[in-house]
Amino acid sequence: MSLSEGMKHQFYLNVNQEERSVVISPSDILLSVLREQLGLTGSKPGCYNGDCGACTIDINGTPIKSCLMLAIEAIDKNITTIEGLKDTPIQKSFVEHFAFQCGYCTPGFIMNCNALIQKHPNASDEVIEEWLESNICRCTGYKEIEEAVKSVLHSNK
Amino acid sequence: METIGKSIIRKEALDKVTGTAKYTSDHLSLPMLHAKMVISPYAHANITHIDLSEAWKIPGVRAILAGEKFPLTGEEIRDRPPIAYDKVRYCGEVVAVIVADSPAIAKRASSLIKVNYEPLPVVNSPNQAYENNAPVVHENIDSYERIKNVYPEVNTNIANRTKIRKGDMELGWQRTEIVVEADFSFSPSDHAAMETRCVIAEIREDETVVITSSSQSPFMIKKLLHVYFHIDIGKIVVNVPLVGGAYGGKASVQLELIAYLASKAVHGRKVKILNSREEDLITSPVHIGLDATIKLGCSRDGVLQAAEILYLFDGGAYSDKAVDISRAGAVDCTGPYRINNIQCDALCMYTNHPYAAPFRGFGHSEVMFVFERTMDMLAKKLKMDPIELRLINAIKPGDTTPTQLAVNKSNVGNVSECILKLKKIMNWDEGSIKQVSNTKVRSKGICCTWKNSTIDPDASSGVTLTFNPDGSINIISGVVEIGTGTKSVLAQMLAEKLKMDVRQIYVQMEVNTKSTPDHWKTVSSRGSFMAGRALLNAADDIIRQLKDLTACILRCSKVDLEVGLGKVYLKDTPDIFLNIKDICYGYMYPNGNAIGGQIIGRGTYIQRRVTYLDPETGAGNPGPEWTVAAQGIELEFDLLDYTYNVIRAATVVDVGKVLNEKTALGQIIGGMSMGISFAGRETFQFDQAGRILNPQLRTYRPLRYGEHPKYEVEFVETPVIDGPYGARSAGEHGLIGMPAALANSLSAAAEVDLNQLPLIPELIWKTKEGAVDDSL
Ligand code: FES
Ligand code: FES
Repeated sequence: MSLSEGMKHQFYLNVNQEERSVVISPSDILLSVLREQLGLTGSKPGCYNGDCGACTIDINGTPIKSCLMLAIEAIDKNITTIEGLKDTPIQKSFVEHFAFQCGYCTPGFIMNCNALIQKHPNASDEVIEEWLESNICRCTGYKEIEEAVKSVLHSNK
Repeated sequence: METIGKSIIRKEALDKVTGTAKYTSDHLSLPMLHAKMVISPYAHANITHIDLSEAWKIPGVRAILAGEKFPLTGEEIRDRPPIAYDKVRYCGEVVAVIVADSPAIAKRASSLIKVNYEPLPVVNSPNQAYENNAPVVHENIDSYERIKNVYPEVNTNIANRTKIRKGDMELGWQRTEIVVEADFSFSPSDHAAMETRCVIAEIREDETVVITSSSQSPFMIKKLLHVYFHIDIGKIVVNVPLVGGAYGGKASVQLELIAYLASKAVHGRKVKILNSREEDLITSPVHIGLDATIKLGCSRDGVLQAAEILYLFDGGAYSDKAVDISRAGAVDCTGPYRINNIQCDALCMYTNHPYAAPFRGFGHSEVMFVFERTMDMLAKKLKMDPIELRLINAIKPGDTTPTQLAVNKSNVGNVSECILKLKKIMNWDEGSIKQVSNTKVRSKGICCTWKNSTIDPDASSGVTLTFNPDGSINIISGVVEIGTGTKSVLAQMLAEKLKMDVRQIYVQMEVNTKSTPDHWKTVSSRGSFMAGRALLNAADDIIRQLKDLTACILRCSKVDLEVGLGKVYLKDTPDIFLNIKDICYGYMYPNGNAIGGQIIGRGTYIQRRVTYLDPETGAGNPGPEWTVAAQGIELEFDLLDYTYNVIRAATVVDVGKVLNEKTALGQIIGGMSMGISFAGRETFQFDQAGRILNPQLRTYRPLRYGEHPKYEVEFVETPVIDGPYGARSAGEHGLIGMPAALANSLSAAAEVDLNQLPLIPELIWKTKEGAVDDSL
């Protein structure tokens, strides 16, 4: 949702290792720009309010809720969305562990888990919890997600 | 069995982990207009004036819908204006809709619409609605059109009453030696699917209405648009892509009507409407609330003798599906027990709350909370083990249900076996309560549940199967993929039936009502049952055609033929065969002559011998079968601050036959998670004026990662004879008993009867304080 129809300018965003041009106004939310201008609809809106985590993407290795970031704040940063992940262990693990049902929360969870695995390859239960409690999954009981992320973390060891 | 029972990976798995899975809102097409709603801040008020002048001044506003009288809507009683007219009846109700060039313009314009209200007295609970002098939410209920078998009571807030009259109450009370009476209540809450509802509507030049919606009910949208707006039914096409969670909430037809009206207002241009989270929580229909009063009696040996129950369902401002939910509550108004004398009135009450949609369990988690909590109160009074009490009374073949249907080995699962298995999992014999430190106790609680469906007696499902030239098959079914994996399970059933590799079976995930055979609604856990039966019929149709063709080519009788492993072969001489891939698009003789053509299978299923309920006694056959379960919760309770941790949650469920183990586990565990969340924390907070104080996910807070307990699930397999491979429904059953099990466990720990939801420490504290006060 571009909430302002103010002056628009052309900028470049570095998304999934490609330079992409976007025409945006300063108040445009990154999530909306990714979805509506770049067609990267893998990142989902669930609240536009930072509460659900469905919009989580990766900025310079840190998971960020893209509904809470302005697109102009992402200039000169490395943005990775779910579309930029290919054959990662965590994606495979989600499939094998049946860690999704409707799949709507899945891109956000995977982006979060993927960053977690990079940053904390030996994450303790507490760290995993601290990271993953920022996303809501309404379908699963989180058990399968727990198994999926732990199986990747433990295979790292 | 080759395929059935295995944890085959779902067909859309790769799309879902790579971000390519498309949901309604992911369909971006330009140019498209965007709609934004204005919603009521009042729960009950007259609309005295709407000023649109400032909103119209915003460039890019294309239409504003407000103050116009549209046809009334509602699935059973047509009591609901799609956009409020003259009056609002709940906080969150739509009073105006703006259509504009962008979401931003629509939003800005919507904030400039000025609506003047004159507040009216508010009905803030079903109990209040039931009082004699309560304000009336709908003055003219008798003027509303309605379907058969709905009984609104004039000059009251009663939209419908379902009566269960079984046995002889006088006799029942005579035989009763121990009796408990109790009141229960909880407010509406929500499904809170991660994908908020979204609809795209357009009306084409030839008047075809095309709707794309995140819905469980594409075929019902088609039917209702026809009924409400007199559009030729053949000119309505509804598309449903993948749906991002539904849980019953997307079975109601609501936002589609607004999107259609919005498109109509701009001469049919394409209009998209995406619920904000706030609107998705309170404007679109919610999870029903309940007030209940129950009196339950047994003889000293623990045999249940009589039950007298009043269920007042909080249908909210409009009756829509709530009538049916209250009816379902009547059908299974007790737990799964033999009770010969039952009197139950299940009422659908109008209140000034958001109106109700189906919610996973369809009235059952609600009534099981009431009944199973009462069972524990009875056990306590009897000084009997709660498991023992349930075992003594567990329903068995030869007994009858509350609607007086005779139970046999097939139509109801095995309750006793579920209880006995649960007893073991819960280590019940080690005791159900234990002090673990000075300030903490560990406590266990259990319950039993059952559920049939109460969908329309003539609900049906259809499946088409088409061949690809390589002998692989496409499944086309009207079941919506809402996350349950049903369509992948259909592929497994077909693989089993045709003895083929499941990778050779493709599934069309999207539903298009023009080319997809009708499936009533993807609700009530009936997807794999009904579509499964239709699929097996379609497979038989394919087999028949393959055999007919082969009999002709191989010059043999078709009864001598068998189909499997990609071949049609002679039963006694399997090395004489034809490859399916060589005949599924027709067969060509060496001289060029050809016969056959693409083989297309078709199958339908319609429910068998289901009846309406008798209006006076409730007697009748509500649906194909009951799935039963026993569930338990173990938790650690802090005696000082009344906080608690759910340590483990267990379910033993009789699913008839496990079709895909991991999918089934996922459904049960997901249901348990949602049930614990509903019972332990979820509710809308209403102020005295009926306004909702927490319409956001940070104040309405579902369970999050790390707050989940350890889950233990076991299956019992008592086949339902007419189910596909004997399978019963299972999508809702993990949820149903969680509120009762949690409440029973906590009541034991806190040593006070907790008969309200959600079970937050504050409630426990208040109840305990209240109990102390009472004893003074
Ligand atoms: S959309 Fe919910 S956190 Fe961003
Ligand atoms: S899979 Fe549906 S919300 Fe997580």
